[in-house]
Amino acid sequence: MNIGTRKILDRSFTAVGIGSIVVMALALMIVVVPIVYNGIGAVFFTGTVEHRKMLHAEFKRGDSQDLSSEVASSDRYRAKVYDMLTGFEAELEAMAPEKKAEYQSKYSQVRTALQALLGPLPGDPEPMLTRFKYGQTRWEKAEEKLHDLLYESKWDNSNPNVMSNEYFVSRAIGFEGTSLVKLFPYVKDNLENMLLPEFTVYWGFITDSSVDSHFFGGIWPEIQGTFFLAIGAMLFAFPLGVVAAVYFTEYARPGFLNSMLRSANSTLAGVPSIVFGMFGLAFFINTMKVSESKSVIAGALTLAIMILPTIIRAAEEAILAVPKTYREASLSLGSTKWNTIATVILPAALPGILTGGVISLGRAAGETAPIIFTAAVSVGSAIGLADVFSSPTPALSWNIYNLASEHEAATQIRHVQYGMVLALVTIVLLLNLSAIVLRARISKKLKG
Amino acid sequence: MLMTTDVRKTSESLPGQKATREIYLPPQRSSITGGGTAHIAAKEFSVYYGEFEAVKKVSADILSKYVTAIIGPSGCGKSTFLRAINRMNDLIPSCHTTGALLFDGEDVYGKFTDEVLLRKKVGMVFQKPNPFPKSIFDNIAYGPRLHGVNDKKKLMEIVERSLRKAAIWDEVCDRLDKNALGLSGGQQQRLCVARTLAVEPEVLLLDEPTSALDPKATAKIEDLIQELRGSYTIMIVTHNMQQASRVSDSTMFFYEGILVEHASTAHLFTNPKDPMTEDYITGRFS
Repeated sequence: MNIGTRKILDRSFTAVGIGSIVVMALALMIVVVPIVYNGIGAVFFTGTVEHRKMLHAEFKRGDSQDLSSEVASSDRYRAKVYDMLTGFEAELEAMAPEKKAEYQSKYSQVRTALQALLGPLPGDPEPMLTRFKYGQTRWEKAEEKLHDLLYESKWDNSNPNVMSNEYFVSRAIGFEGTSLVKLFPYVKDNLENMLLPEFTVYWGFITDSSVDSHFFGGIWPEIQGTFFLAIGAMLFAFPLGVVAAVYFTEYARPGFLNSMLRSANSTLAGVPSIVFGMFGLAFFINTMKVSESKSVIAGALTLAIMILPTIIRAAEEAILAVPKTYREASLSLGSTKWNTIATVILPAALPGILTGGVISLGRAAGETAPIIFTAAVSVGSAIGLADVFSSPTPALSWNIYNLASEHEAATQIRHVQYGMVLALVTIVLLLNLSAIVLRARISKKLKG
Repeated sequence: MLMTTDVRKTSESLPGQKATREIYLPPQRSSITGGGTAHIAAKEFSVYYGEFEAVKKVSADILSKYVTAIIGPSGCGKSTFLRAINRMNDLIPSCHTTGALLFDGEDVYGKFTDEVLLRKKVGMVFQKPNPFPKSIFDNIAYGPRLHGVNDKKKLMEIVERSLRKAAIWDEVCDRLDKNALGLSGGQQQRLCVARTLAVEPEVLLLDEPTSALDPKATAKIEDLIQELRGSYTIMIVTHNMQQASRVSDSTMFFYEGILVEHASTAHLFTNPKDPMTEDYITGRFS
């Protein structure tokens, strides 16, 4: 091959390499940027007076004097809305029956939209669910609800050959000629005065428990559950994995049984995680009866079984990478085999073992399937350390799925879902980062 | 029990060579107490790797407190023989031995031999310096700690004594807590010697200790061997003929697993009995 071709080949390989890295980075950006942007929105957002009311009522937070003056000022603007409503109701009573029926349904739609915007209206019965006790807590949601109030959504089905189109009709037109027609421009112009939006930093999103299945409040039970499960899994899997790796590398005689065990271990690493979930349910809960039903301990054991092969593999590699000369040096000084392993081999292999461990910890924190049947519940409060043997726990991975797909008002609480995703990504990222730092520090110590 | 048998004449069968060969013992040195007793004795001792016989029926006496050099071309079994003495070959699963190898009159490969105790008495320094990735202090203290010395003051004493014996104390005394891997190759090797001395062995096996070092570091190691001669039974494998003649009292020449000649160094280098030895030391083959 002549020099020219060789150089061209070299350069094209470089170009392909850089190109693939750029493509990867872009793909990562496309995924990560919306997560970060929307996730941060769960903590930093424009909150309304309803949010502050909710915080005060549910978490006893905020200054009650400031709050009551705010509420008084917003109520002044709201009072006019309520007056208009009572005025229109009186007007409605006086109407002819057909006309009354026509307006009645439109009017109830207006009331529903107003309830969503401002919370319960005067005369409404006290709502059972917390989610109906407050108006919109977030300004951007309030603007959406304002749109719902001002416009009625309709569907254009005129052309059967295309999908029907949504279009909006102003509700004000429907109330032309009644006193209620003034309500719409009034709400539109005075919404800020009624809700008093201001920039809010809600750290409680991380430390609060959820209120009424994540309509309000934070995600602390999920974060805590994730830590319990991941650390619990590590407590079982790490010592077991390191001991198994020591056995495989130092004690096992090469032979049929050993190679079978090793290939079984490799196969186990490739088993889909949902299979581990089913196994956890069948073995730990139904057979071993570690708990009555779902529990943190059952989930942690299941996760431990799942990450065990990875830990064993990483530890094996790390132990095999320890130079033979260390072993020789230790043995030649009159050290026993066990002593050599404990004082020379394992310390030298520690960076590799720890890296494998922390990566597995991240995986355990992020896995959903193994905990569906063994540990996770969709709504719950944070559990105490003593309850891990008996109670299930919410966990980030499972609740992200649950809130996005099975929650009855999934579209209402997108910011919570994004917040959870960001929290999980951050936890896993921090774990991996700490692994890198730990590894670097120990390697530096070993290298001198 | 000490070996007192003075094996002046040993018969060994060499294919295609005369059956009996005279073994020349090094001259007695009056300054060495206990000189002339065999500390290590091999009798028809063979080492096999699987089917391959790496060391073939070697019979030899290694005298107490003498420096014995082992020379020979690559792959002649000299390292295997050396490593057989403190059973480092145990690490190779296919390795096994026949014949007898006696240390202080006890069979090294006996059924009830404690190889851990044996290795404590028979220390070894390897071809490549292999300090542990620990501090200099911890490296030296590793052996004593293993054998139950935990008192900080006593450990410090042992560390200083060992480092002084290995002629490296002055270079490292102010940085005992620094990682040993930060030392130069020559210093590391002397540290390894000090580490071995710290467990107070009777025998020092040196497996090509200077092959990875520059001439200056090599000279220091050789000086060190001179310092230690008379206090320990030293065996050194080397490729360097000059080194063998400089540092040793007696020399063994191995060829293809056979101990061709074992004589006092002066004798072997000036007046080799075997034509093969002569060819080798004159550099006609290697």
